Amino acid sequence: MATKKFMYVNRKAPYGTVYALESLEVVLIAAAFEQDVSLAFIDDGVYQIAKGQNTDGIGMKNFSATYNALGDYEINKLYVEKESLEERGLTEDDLMPIVWEDEDDDWAEKPSIRIVSRAEMADILADQDVHYSF
Amino acid sequence: MAMLHIVNKSPFERNAFKSCLDHAVAGDSILMIEDAAVGAVDGTVFSSDLKAAMADKSVYVLGGDLAARGMSEDRIIDGIKVVDYAGFVDLTAENDKTQSWV
Repeated sequence: MATKKFMYVNRKAPYGTVYALESLEVVLIAAAFEQDVSLAFIDDGVYQIAKGQNTDGIGMKNFSATYNALGDYEINKLYVEKESLEERGLTEDDLMPIVWEDEDDDWAEKPSIRIVSRAEMADILADQDVHYSF
Repeated sequence: MAMLHIVNKSPFERNAFKSCLDHAVAGDSILMIEDAAVGAVDGTVFSSDLKAAMADKSVYVLGGDLAARGMSEDRIIDGIKVVDYAGFVDLTAENDKTQSWV
């Protein structure tokens, strides 16, 4: 079976709705099928990978650490829209430093997060075979 | 008769928060919970709207919801008060009525 390019589009903040967690679970399932997986964080989706999430006060499971495991499943294309960050008063420094290990480069740690402009995001979305929207 | 307005939708995703600001009157209180908590952060495309409302209204945010989304209290707009669940209950008791902008 030919490899397809799968894009998971994340547009919701975590915890308020179940979309973010559901997306992450489906991404991890997809990882088992060895497809070309990318994630896009657009609009409120950027809060999903915000640094320093602490859910002690709301009694919900903090699943943000799971994004750090994506690299182990060769999911290392996390596109974050620059304009979405700016509209929310955020910068790349407010995001978790999510990395992957490149086995072709002596397991060097490399960043998975790629900050792209809205125009670049449009091109990236257009370049996919399948889109899952969350 | 003061009213407590409870908002739980992100101001960047829905117009519920904006609609709340457009309908709350002087002396009312506004409490941000769940996804609305991110609206408390300063320097966003929404913060000027909220600051304008704060001229004659009290604004509160549920601290647990802010922390869950990785937003620290030191980056919220000056004058917004952070409350916990007990503070949430106090607000409902202190106001004559509540309205949720779901």
